[in-house]
Amino acid sequence: MATTNSRSLARLMLFPSVVLLLAWMIVPLCMTLYFSFLDYNLLSPGTEEFIGFLNYEYFLTDPAFFQSFFNTLLLVGGVLLITLGGGIGLAILLDQAMWGRNYVRIMVLAPFFVMPTVSALVWKNMLMNPVNGLFAHFATWIGMTPVDFFAQIPLLSIIIIVSWQWLPFAALILLTSIQSLDREQLEAADLDGAGPISKFFYIVLPHLSRAITAVILIETIFLLSIFAEILVTTSGGPGFESTNITYLIYTQSLLQFDVGGGSAGGIIAVIIANIVAIFLMRLIGKNLEG
Amino acid sequence: MALKSSNKSKIIYTLLAWSIGGMIFFPIFWTLLTSFKTESEAISSNPSLFMFDWTLENYRDVLNRSEYFNHFWNSIVISIGSSLVGLLIAIPAAWSMAFVQTKRTKHLLMWMLSTKMLPPVGVLIPIYLLFRDFALLDTKLGLVIVMTLINLPIMVWMLYTYFREIPNEILEASRMDGANIGEEILYVLLPIALPGIASTLLLNVILSWNEAFWTLILTAANAAPLTAFIASYSSPEGLFYAKLSAASAMAVVPILILGWFSQKQLVRGLSFGAVK
Repeated sequence: MATTNSRSLARLMLFPSVVLLLAWMIVPLCMTLYFSFLDYNLLSPGTEEFIGFLNYEYFLTDPAFFQSFFNTLLLVGGVLLITLGGGIGLAILLDQAMWGRNYVRIMVLAPFFVMPTVSALVWKNMLMNPVNGLFAHFATWIGMTPVDFFAQIPLLSIIIIVSWQWLPFAALILLTSIQSLDREQLEAADLDGAGPISKFFYIVLPHLSRAITAVILIETIFLLSIFAEILVTTSGGPGFESTNITYLIYTQSLLQFDVGGGSAGGIIAVIIANIVAIFLMRLIGKNLEG
Repeated sequence: MALKSSNKSKIIYTLLAWSIGGMIFFPIFWTLLTSFKTESEAISSNPSLFMFDWTLENYRDVLNRSEYFNHFWNSIVISIGSSLVGLLIAIPAAWSMAFVQTKRTKHLLMWMLSTKMLPPVGVLIPIYLLFRDFALLDTKLGLVIVMTLINLPIMVWMLYTYFREIPNEILEASRMDGANIGEEILYVLLPIALPGIASTLLLNVILSWNEAFWTLILTAANAAPLTAFIASYSSPEGLFYAKLSAASAMAVVPILILGWFSQKQLVRGLSFGAVK
């Protein structure tokens, strides 16, 4: 009796969260799906008509889509490479005995808490500006020609900025994981005469593998949706050189008012994210059991 | 002898870690420093580290653009408002899942987390159109709703992990004493779980404060929080480095300080339990 009572009560208390999330996820997603089959432009309302898969055909065969898709891969891949490499290095370094480790940790962590528009603008104007930026001053000082970051290497510049924002996240998660490593295992390896390199590859790296997978999947989910950093630095340009899928859909929907095409793009973005999410959910599911 | 060599490596590691940490922190340090310079010193090709005329003029100028307070206030209302509303919805849900477990609990939890993985562009157009039709565009209320919903999965998840650490017996004992469910949550669960609830609140304030997709898309002059206000420095005002720095410093420093208190919660909340 008491249990049935508390069961139904529990259901009642879950109700708001479930309904809200369901509404938030299902309702707009269905609308996007519906719009994606319409010829629908906000500039000519009332003329919507059903056009089947034509929006998808246009979106997927648009050269801009290929470029943005490729840019998205480069952006996500580049940032992952830098943050994982740097994160593993930092985690190992911060795990060593040293003075003032907590202060170093605070400094390393700081970029994660800087809002994206601030970090993008600070890098763009104060560091990467080809005339007055600090990097340009430094290049001139050592006798080199300053690089015009956002004109010459727009995508790489954005990769650098985003990596700076996400390095702390990778480092913190990997440090948490490395600190749970069994010290006796390392001492035993020491006694057996293992060098630092074989210790890294045979003990540290396998121990980190789960945390590394988690970092890859979580960062990928967030990096697929990079937006503000592109908006305030290059606006996707020059041409489409620094446009990712998220930004392409934004321009198509809210700058060109092409609701149909933008929706088709949105559905494709959802599919891409889902592929990553499935792997992430599997990892989370395993941990919930264990 | 052994002591000496370990001391030596400690010195090397300390130097290495401090210089790398310093490099990572440098852009923030430089922004803080530049915010106290005059505009001409800020773009000087021979920038000096500390030997310049320190001035508060930039802060005064930024604050005198009276909208700054408006945007700062918007950020506070949106981030704290959405976190409080989110807590009200998430606490009962997390209580149910932590203390009345069924076979479906795990799947429900995973489904909630999966909504966080939906890319915002997947729902961009419907949300924009719905907001337009319900006159929610460029309102604080609209943003509080969106922020609550996008952070709800993380809140439920974090609270669930904190509640799970509380032994069920304590709650059962209160039930024996005749407490109803409201009293049980209010007088027994909440006091014990207060640290966990506080850190959930803290992390969500930080995440909402820095959110820069919906805030940029759904706001204009009225409800724009600091993320959107700073974006307006994109050009050409961004070339006034000292003022850009002062505006940035005021937007970032409060949350930086809160962030340093929430390092542990960051791992817990953002790793979705994939890292223990």
